Amino acid sequence: MSAADAHHAHPESPTNIGFWIYLMSDCIIFGALFATYAVLGGGFAGGPEPKDLFEPGFVAIETALLLVSSITFGMAMLAAEKQKLDATTGWLVVTGLLGAGFIGMEIYEFAHLIHIGAGPDRSAFLSAFFALVGTHGLHVTGGIIWLVTLTAQLRMHGLNAANMRRLGTLSMFWHFLDLIWIGVFSFVYLVRLI
Amino acid sequence: MSDHSHAHSGGSHGTLGSLMIGFAMAAILTILPFGLVMGEVDLPRNLTIGLIMGMGAVQIVVHLVYFLHVGKSSEQGWTLVATLFSVIILVIVLAGSLWVMHNMNENMMPMPDMEQMMNLQSQQG
Repeated sequence: MSAADAHHAHPESPTNIGFWIYLMSDCIIFGALFATYAVLGGGFAGGPEPKDLFEPGFVAIETALLLVSSITFGMAMLAAEKQKLDATTGWLVVTGLLGAGFIGMEIYEFAHLIHIGAGPDRSAFLSAFFALVGTHGLHVTGGIIWLVTLTAQLRMHGLNAANMRRLGTLSMFWHFLDLIWIGVFSFVYLVRLI
Repeated sequence: MSDHSHAHSGGSHGTLGSLMIGFAMAAILTILPFGLVMGEVDLPRNLTIGLIMGMGAVQIVVHLVYFLHVGKSSEQGWTLVATLFSVIILVIVLAGSLWVMHNMNENMMPMPDMEQMMNLQSQQG
């Protein structure tokens, strides 16, 4: 570490860099699932194809929900840095509701696909699709559970150092899931609808 | 527990301005590819695919910089190093899978289509 860095360094916990390394390994899990989809995405086995199944307007609303939830989480972080507890938890509740809306739409889509006989057992394409999009959905669900827990912790203990650290890692997790979704809506949905 | 670490330990060093710039850029980079597909813009197929993938890649960088604050200044640059390392792994995984599987497909014996196969199997079974 150079003298200039040492001057700026404040006593930071190693949690942030450790959590970032977890996120990067998660990123590689998604990379493997994206590669699976890229390889198997053309294996329709005589079944439905993307153009029969995907609705760009539906995906656009899902995308908007997730992107706006990323911004509202950013607002929660800004409020937390100013030590405004009510504003922080308020933005977190909005973020959670947007995330829940996203998950609700995804569950509806999956249920609809399975109902019309386009479940993960139909073709290699659909297996890869459900594995990739489902894994992302499970992550968002986990993020919502974490968000609810953290909101309760914030209401009980306020914006202390431990809660600030938790808020920072959840913020990274939430923005990361939005980042993965960029790959999903571009590569899984849009390019297959051209 | 390091309770002496102050409010900045969250890792976010963003401001409202940078958040809004990121939001505007991400929104534009989301609306454009959806517009290309939903508006059925008449472009060559490969160009449309290239544009959608390219805008996706740019938007990922926007998210990394404006929302996740990856850069030389965060954690003495270690988040940047970790990110670049995982990008290398991702490129190897994605390009390698496509390359190897494409080669396999090319070298497979020509197969009769699925239904013939099924009939054949049921006759033999």
